[in-house]
Amino acid sequence: MSKVLDNLRYADSHEWVKVEGDIATVGITDYAQHALGSIVYVDMPEVGDEVTAGEEFGAVESVKAASDLISPVSGEVVEINEALEDEPELINKDAFENWIMKVRLSDAGEVDALLDAAAYAKLCEE
Amino acid sequence: MKYYDKLIFELSRPGRKGYELPANAFGTDGAAEIPADLKRTEPLDLPEVSELDVVRHYTNLSNKNFGVDTGFYPLGSCTMKYNPKINEELSAMPEFAGVHPLQPAETAQGALELYYNLQHALSSLAGLEEFTLNPFAGAHGELTGLMVMRSYHESRGDHKRTKVIVPDSAHGTNPASAMVAGLEVVTVKSRPNGSVDVEDLKPLLDDTVAGIMMTNPNTLGMFETEIMEIAKLVHEAGGLLYYDGANFNPLLGKVRPGDMGFDIMHINLHKTFSTPHGGGGPGSGPVGVGKHLVQFLPNPRVRKGEDGKFFVDTDDRALGTISTFFGNFGVMMRAYAYILTLGKEGIRQVGPLATLNANYIKESLKDDYLLPIDGVCKHEFVFDGLKDKSTGVTTLNVAKRLLDYGFHAPTIYFPLLFHESMMIEPTETESKETLDEFIDVMHTVAREARETPDEVKNAPLTTLVRKLDETGAAKNPVLTYKALKKNAQ
Amino acid sequence: MPHTEEDIRAMLEKIGVQTIDDLYGDVPEEVIYREEYDIPSAMSEIELRRHFKELGDKNRQLTVFAGGGAYDHYSPSVIGHLLQRSEFYTAYTPYQPEISQGTLQYIFEYQSIIAELTGMEASNASMYDGATATAEAMFMMVASTKKKNRVLISDTVSERVQAVVKTYGKFHGVAVTVVPEKDGVSDLDAIKKELEAGDVAGIIVATPNKYGIIEDYTGFADAVHAAKGLMTVNADPSTLAVLRTPAEWGADIACGDGQTLGMPLAFGGPYLGYMATSKANLRKMPGRVVGATTDADGKRAYVLTLQAREQHIRREKATSNICSNQSLMALYATIYVALMGKEGLKEVNRLSCDGAHYLYNRLVETGKFTPAFPGKPFLKEFVMKTDLDMKRVNAHLAENGVMGGLDLGEGLVEFAVTEKRTREEIDRLITLMLEA
Repeated sequence: MSKVLDNLRYADSHEWVKVEGDIATVGITDYAQHALGSIVYVDMPEVGDEVTAGEEFGAVESVKAASDLISPVSGEVVEINEALEDEPELINKDAFENWIMKVRLSDAGEVDALLDAAAYAKLCEE
Repeated sequence: MKYYDKLIFELSRPGRKGYELPANAFGTDGAAEIPADLKRTEPLDLPEVSELDVVRHYTNLSNKNFGVDTGFYPLGSCTMKYNPKINEELSAMPEFAGVHPLQPAETAQGALELYYNLQHALSSLAGLEEFTLNPFAGAHGELTGLMVMRSYHESRGDHKRTKVIVPDSAHGTNPASAMVAGLEVVTVKSRPNGSVDVEDLKPLLDDTVAGIMMTNPNTLGMFETEIMEIAKLVHEAGGLLYYDGANFNPLLGKVRPGDMGFDIMHINLHKTFSTPHGGGGPGSGPVGVGKHLVQFLPNPRVRKGEDGKFFVDTDDRALGTISTFFGNFGVMMRAYAYILTLGKEGIRQVGPLATLNANYIKESLKDDYLLPIDGVCKHEFVFDGLKDKSTGVTTLNVAKRLLDYGFHAPTIYFPLLFHESMMIEPTETESKETLDEFIDVMHTVAREARETPDEVKNAPLTTLVRKLDETGAAKNPVLTYKALKKNAQ
Repeated sequence: MPHTEEDIRAMLEKIGVQTIDDLYGDVPEEVIYREEYDIPSAMSEIELRRHFKELGDKNRQLTVFAGGGAYDHYSPSVIGHLLQRSEFYTAYTPYQPEISQGTLQYIFEYQSIIAELTGMEASNASMYDGATATAEAMFMMVASTKKKNRVLISDTVSERVQAVVKTYGKFHGVAVTVVPEKDGVSDLDAIKKELEAGDVAGIIVATPNKYGIIEDYTGFADAVHAAKGLMTVNADPSTLAVLRTPAEWGADIACGDGQTLGMPLAFGGPYLGYMATSKANLRKMPGRVVGATTDADGKRAYVLTLQAREQHIRREKATSNICSNQSLMALYATIYVALMGKEGLKEVNRLSCDGAHYLYNRLVETGKFTPAFPGKPFLKEFVMKTDLDMKRVNAHLAENGVMGGLDLGEGLVEFAVTEKRTREEIDRLITLMLEA
């Protein structure tokens, strides 16, 4: 059974978002890391890149699969998790602790459209 | 035997030589004419070894390989036939090996005639008007065929046809080829038996559809019985039908894709026409088309003049060019020899006997392995793992255990329609004795799965190397000797 | 096809049908083909051999003085023998690494050799040919630079490569701009001008270029990198033993045709396309890649890696649809380079270069030929200008067993000389051309 944290918002493409002020922290969910298996590479955007809700911002690769990362929010990338460059497997250890990027939100309203924990947990069960 | 694990670089000794070249008889010093800043300054770290070093090294490497000549390859969708030896010998003939691709046509008549004859033979076998032999591989043929499809619509001013329909059971190369050709992929659902769901197809067929890509028999080895209906629907909607020749073998000598309504197809010469797989290539992926599409085939084309002479032609209406020259000519020579050896009579037996072999294995093993789709298959079929799921032994475990018994593994985890897919294709060149041996071993593995499951899960146990650290390889890619040396320090 | 009547009977019984035709009971009658195929009747090995000999005799074995993307280099005898090892040529793609270490290891050696020659950090397991590899490099540049969709190609890149790049670009939706040359070499000012638009994913140049000229790419990489694009150099890998490498020019991708690594002309193939790149772009590189690893017992071993990027997993999201390599030709190139080693490969270039300069001098001496690009350095291929009717000259040469220079039109002729050409052959070429 995959872990779902209550205080986060979720996209149906299996990314999570935590909002603090106008900064959104984005990662992939425990369900997603589990489905991918041993992660060997995370293709991250660069600081300063503009990301758009619903559009690709990178990719995660495991030995046998690769999956695009879809941004749940729009805005400017202000930080990326550089630890993942050398240790992408951190996501397998704890997908919620090991975020991928931080975005300065251009439209905070987008977050409201995302799933809450209960709705996302239900999605994973299906 | 000792495990040989040296790299050619590790045999190197400064000053050792494996070659002899003539002395400079020209009295010129060309190198002096080249400015120093255009020359390489980095050291060149290549092996320095003797001829015998090279011969032993690569002979040792060959001993670490499994090939069709070593043993049976029940590899679904790959058609691993025996590769006749005479074909190898003929393809190396100096009369062809020395021909420059840009040599004047009158001095390359033999090569051009062979190319032309093979084009012609494939057209007859496939029921299509004309072939190009230029594509280098199956995937390259798909790309070329889809370019033909787009060129056809564009030539009619029909610019909105940008979608291609691909069954969800198709091999991943189909959608990838469509993407490269600039087409958008629309997925059509399959029925439980893997065939295209005609009801799901109908609403997809609008005036934005360029065509559909299909194999027949489909990925599960089942004949698409509604093919004529599908062809009619697609054509009525203004689309074209593309035939993925990966599964042509069971139809060879029995059914021609052109007669089923297909407009475009590629053939994998390295599957259906017995040219060797070469450890991954070179292959060859000729593309054939109906009469209405001939002008779009890529340049250069080989034609026969009224005087009986062969010549190289280009056509302004062609889709463009997709190869430097004429494709993998050496592979074509082998396929041509294969066709001539069987002749118009013998070739009729290819598909039927391949189908006989597949059905024989299927019927012999369905007591131990889960057959999700019962009924007559064609050249291949799919098991959904072992019947007894309680042992925890997976398809991967069975595949690896087969290696211990001297067989290659089947294609596994494809198609994606089942969790434990195991796709078996024996081809017509295997004898009943070989099939019986394989069937026995498959039964043995099923018994081991019940009795000593841990042993099966740890397989392979007897191969030269055992389970490999694939995660480590992907995480920190070490792709060269230099990187390997650096890591060791 | 080995079955006896008895085998077939027993197998049909097991399946539970009467005849093999019953296995096609689900096929609509109207598509069963009952007519005769338009191919000859079966040939015995004797007849087959005779037929191939007859065809072969219709080809003329010429002394080759042309290049244009296929060069008459020498193939040492050892290679053909080793390639006949059926454990190599009858093997499938090494998806089962436990029983494919032979293939995997030679590909690893091949990658090491390509990386060494180009100076790049990583190579894939090979591709179809030089032209398609260059087209794949174009896609890779577009994929790496996101949101940019135009690629520049210098007009000094081979026409054949250009044609394939344009075809791929046209269908995939990448704009390909050909940047005109200046005096036979790439025009950096014109390239810089194009880069200003800000939509260029990368540039493609060649060494040696289509005229055989060794170009000076000083400043090219800086210009394209400043515009956030990538640089691809299409290079003849044999010449990289002596010429400045793509890496030394600051390229991000090196690609080209491996035919010059001793492969027979063979009417155009099989050859191989190679591709190499820097570590930074490694994961965008199409094609198969082999990596070193260890097995459960700690033994050194090799495996296909970075497969998640490939088409069979990524389907329409892959950056390429390629799902094979020219494996056996990669073995060919590997054995060739192993035999020649670092000195042999340099010597091949030295001899070709000396021979080419000898021919160049002899042509100038005739007074019938003048250099098309005076002062431009070349290695084994060069272009001359002439008033001679080259159609007639080349026909006369062919009658006498010689393939002359390629007629580029407008009085331009391109000659190539490899280490196989002797002084006597060159002298005879001159005599034959003058008497034509």
